Formats: sequence, structure tokens, C-alpha cells
Amino acid sequence: MPRRFTPKVVTANDLLLGDVVWQTADNSWTRNISEAEYLDDEDTANARLSQAESQQSVIVGAYLADAKLGDNGPEPTHFREEFRVSGPSTYANAQQAEASNV
Amino acid sequence: MYKYNDFDEAFVRERVAQFRGQVERRIDGSLAEEEFRPLRLMNGLYLQLHAYMLRVAVPYGTLSSRQMNQLAFIADKWDRGYGHFTTRQNIQYNWPKLQDVPDMLSALADVEMHAIQTSGNTIRNVTSDHFAGAAADEIEDPRPWAELIRQWSTDHPEFQFLPRKFKIAVTGAPNDRAVVKAHDIGLQIVRNDAGEVGFEVIVGGGLGRTPMVGKVVNGFVPKEDILPYLEAIVSVYNLLGRRDNKYKARIKITVHENGLETIQKLVEEEFKTRKALFNGADRELFAQIAPQFAAPEFSAAPTDLFDATYNDDPVFRAWADTNLAEHRQPGYAIVTISLKPHGKTPGDATSDQMRVMADLAKEFAHDELRVSHEQNIVLPHVHKRHLPEIHARLRAVGLATANVGLISDIIACPGMDYCALATARSIPIAQEISTRFDALKLEHEIGDLKIKISGCINACGHHHVGHIGILGLDRAGVENYQITLGGDGSETTTIGERAGPGFSYTEIVPAIERLMLAYLDVRENAEETFLETYRRLGAEPFKAALYPDDTGKRKHAA
Repeated sequence: MPRRFTPKVVTANDLLLGDVVWQTADNSWTRNISEAEYLDDEDTANARLSQAESQQSVIVGAYLADAKLGDNGPEPTHFREEFRVSGPSTYANAQQAEASNV
Repeated sequence: MYKYNDFDEAFVRERVAQFRGQVERRIDGSLAEEEFRPLRLMNGLYLQLHAYMLRVAVPYGTLSSRQMNQLAFIADKWDRGYGHFTTRQNIQYNWPKLQDVPDMLSALADVEMHAIQTSGNTIRNVTSDHFAGAAADEIEDPRPWAELIRQWSTDHPEFQFLPRKFKIAVTGAPNDRAVVKAHDIGLQIVRNDAGEVGFEVIVGGGLGRTPMVGKVVNGFVPKEDILPYLEAIVSVYNLLGRRDNKYKARIKITVHENGLETIQKLVEEEFKTRKALFNGADRELFAQIAPQFAAPEFSAAPTDLFDATYNDDPVFRAWADTNLAEHRQPGYAIVTISLKPHGKTPGDATSDQMRVMADLAKEFAHDELRVSHEQNIVLPHVHKRHLPEIHARLRAVGLATANVGLISDIIACPGMDYCALATARSIPIAQEISTRFDALKLEHEIGDLKIKISGCINACGHHHVGHIGILGLDRAGVENYQITLGGDGSETTTIGERAGPGFSYTEIVPAIERLMLAYLDVRENAEETFLETYRRLGAEPFKAALYPDDTGKRKHAA
């Protein structure tokens, strides 16, 4: 029996800024995972990854990340991807927060 | 301190110009990422979880106030107002933008700094004792040798594509503060029976997935032979080291698989050739370098002000007791500025804090700062009469935590808060341990203790040589933390032993607390450190504290 495919999103980092981005259905990139294209078919997912990898002037390091469908759209399933959504867990109480304008 | 000569200056500027062109070609599409990646890594630019990361070399951890001020300027202008000091005595910027990196490197070049060979399979930034030139126990200042090694290893044409990265550490004191036995090559300055000074050369140490304590490949190499000797070792490794398997490519595996004797024989043969080729050029270079590390002119002023403040001010006294080390010059002290305020990120400093440390170095410390591998900043030469003011000014910017060498003085790698390789978080574990023991007011009661935390098996957080090591792993999609006990990163380097099954994120800090309470319970007296108690009693009482249910079961079974 073929193993069940875990749904995916295509994610990468913005080439210039390094920000975490996700691929949308219209071939653009979003900073909000809930706007990402949800890929529940393996062939489509691989095709979308190839499409992402061809956009080298926009992004770097594209890969497929496991996802599930939440109320507002795709959500991460693994804690690594959760941190990519939320940023460093230490940020709010780290020294840098005092000096940072963000 | 060493001052760049025309060659150094031209080389660094040329590399900045080259990288500027490479970045432009990446952005305009003429370079693909796979072509660009090795080029950016050669210049210290990584892609991490949330952003790029620029790793800047601080050779043997030595900085001037001008350099520290420039690091602050770079943090403000092109990053988010802070930097992270690392276990490799480097500084990392966590949020650079790709197109800004050439400007950052240019600003570094303005103060004789760079990011070259902070990545890749090359000889990395040479590290050293952060108390070098100041420590009372030192045989000789290792920094001139470290600088010689820096110049030799930078852009060395033979060693740009080694089987794997290669790290060299040098110390001039018998009390090892540079973890030399956990490096690819560790150099320990020693005095032989004839009273001559030379190097004990240790090879094949390393942490990571296969931790090994380095082995002495030669007990005494005369000083004048050290560079050809090093070159002989690295060239033997370059040919013999495995390139078929990344995990078996470090020299520790080469030594392990071929045997120390074979390596010794090959190195001795190669050394003869290399020494002839050097033809004394290394000694001429060293003669130019050495005078630049002359000791500062020390003052013989009285220390009354220090003595009075020490007696009158308990806060100052607590800081002085933990954060000062013995200087070789009477009336002087070595100050360690803790970058481990309770609950904060180990090793982080804001630009404001960097500027305060730079000012203090310029005004009171012969214009020198050091980055320690324990992620603190050191003012190596301070006359004691200045200490009360230094303490007050550090306190004003949150840098006067009196915890050096204590449970909250934790090494932690960036872990999954930043690092793309990480399998779990490190920083919040460090924060919670330090916050917890500060709240319990047990820190000083516990005394000397080194906790070291890595967020993956690569062991940037040196967990194997922590008295207590914590290794964060991904177990079936959940963070899991393994504890090792009895590690030691000093001259008696020991790899810690795994205590048993790992703990979840929420269980790990309570587990450390049980461990500490057990130690307080079983130690012979308040002077016996955790490591001494562990060595006396073994792991059993600590395992019982970590796994109380298991112990119960075993008792019933017996």
C-alpha cells in the first residue's frame, strides 16, 4: 500500500532580506503562512517546488515543509516550522528587544 | 595589539571588493544560488532559519575599543542593534540583508577585521586563552603565535579545500582556558626539563557527534619549528583525511582510524620537507609580530579605593569575588564582564553595551578587550583602583551580573531560535535555568559549575565538556534534552557521560534542579565542587535524582 502523503507548503527565505516566505497559489510569496498554497498531492507539491526553485532572483533555499489545514489556512506541524512562523522564541525577553525597534 | 601591515590591508580590501561583485551578480541573476553559496560562506555569510547570519572573526578573541565600537556601529546601522558573541570567540549578526553585507565587510575592514574563513572547510579563526598576556599562571603570551598562525592560515593556498573544517587553539598557561584538547590541533606552551619554552602539540580532539579528547602528537616542538610543524600536520590530514563521508572527515577520525603512531611518522617526515621550504621566513615574520604584543606599561598606584569599596559595598564585593581573576601584575585584576544576566540570551550584547565596554577598555584597561569562548567579555588589564567605577558603569547598562563560573554562566549555542541545523532550542533552556536558580538564591551556594547547552549533535555549545551538558534533540517531532555528567573542558579534559533517557522541554529545568539539590545533599562540604563530588561518588546519586521512579523500580526488583 502506498504511504499516505503528508500535505505540504513550499517555503523559502527572501533572497535580499532573508525573511521566511511561503509560496502562494498565484506564484507570489507571502510572509503569512495562512496565505500559502496548501499542497495535499505529492506530484503537485513536487511540481510547485520545482516552480519555486526556478525563482532564484526572488528566494533562496526553497523546500517542502509539512503542513496541516487550520481555520485560517495552512499551519505548521513541526516545531521547527512553528519557529519559522513565530521568529526566535527568546526575542521578547532577550536583550535585543530593548535595543530593537522592531 | 597587532596592527595590519600593507599586505593584510590590501588583501582584506580586495576580498570585500570581490564579494561586492559576487553579491551584485547573485542579485542580478548571473550567479545561481548553488554558485553563490560557497562564495558567501567563504566570507562568513550563512542562511539561517529566519534570516542571513554574518559571522565575523575576532582573531584569538582580541579587540580594541575602536573595533568594539565599530561592531556596535555595524549592529545599529545594518542589523538590529545587537550582536551575539560565540564559543569560537567570534561575533555573529543575526539579521543582515544580503545587499548590505559588502558594506558591513567594508566597515569591518576599516578596523582591521573581516569574516574570511569563518565558514567552509578551511582553517578557522584561531582561538586562545581569553586571559592571554595577563594571567598569573602563564608561561608565555600565546597571542603572537596565534597571530602568526592567523597570517599563515589565512588564504593558505594548500588548505582552502580541506576534507572538513579545521580549528586550532593556543594557550600559554598550564590551566587550560581555551579547551585546547577539544580542537583539531591544540597547542599548549610548555617548558621542558632544560628550561626551554616550546609547544606540546595535541591533535585530533573535537566534540560533535564523535567527541574525542586530543592526543599528544609531540610533547615538545621548539618554538621556532611550530609553523612548519603545523603545516606538516595539516598537509598530512589534507591527503589522508576522508572525503567520502562528511561525518568521518575531521582529523579526529583520521587519527583514530590510522593510529597516532602512523600520523606521528607521516608528520615527522613531512616536517623535514616543510621546514626546509620555510627557510626561516616564519621566524622573520614572528620577529615582526612579537613586539606588537608587548605588555602595557603597568601602574604602581595604590589600591586603597578598591580595598575600601570592597569592604563597604556588598554588591561590589559579590561582583569582585566572582568576576575578577588574578593578574600577573600586582595591583591589577582581570575583569570578566558577564554577558549572562539572569533570564537573558547568553552571549548577546546590545550596541549600547558594546560602546560602554569599549569606553571602559579605552579609559581604564589599556584599550584591550577579549571575547571568551564562554561567551563573556574580558578586560584583561585593569588597575584595581578603577574597579569601583567600572562596576558602577557596567551596572548602569545591565552588565554587572556577579555570576562568572556559576550555574547561570551558561554556554548556549543559538539553537533552534536561530540556527538552521538545530534540532531543539538552547537559549530558552539557559534562560530558564538562570532565572530559576536566581529565584531560588542557590547560585552562590552551588558554587563552581559549568552548564553547557547544544541544540544539536554538532555541539557548538560544548555540552560534552560541561560539568553538566545538555543536548537538545528532535525525538519524533518533539524537543528532547539529554543530560551528560562529569564533562570537563580544562587541562583535565573529559567527555561527559550520558545520564540516561532525555527530558522534554518542560521537564529539563526541574531535572537540573533535582540534580543540584542532590549535589548539595551529598557533597562533602561547601568547598567540594559539583565536578569533584561527581568524581568522588560517580553518577549513581545523580541518576537517582534525575530518575527517581527508575531507582524505586530497581530497588523493588532487587
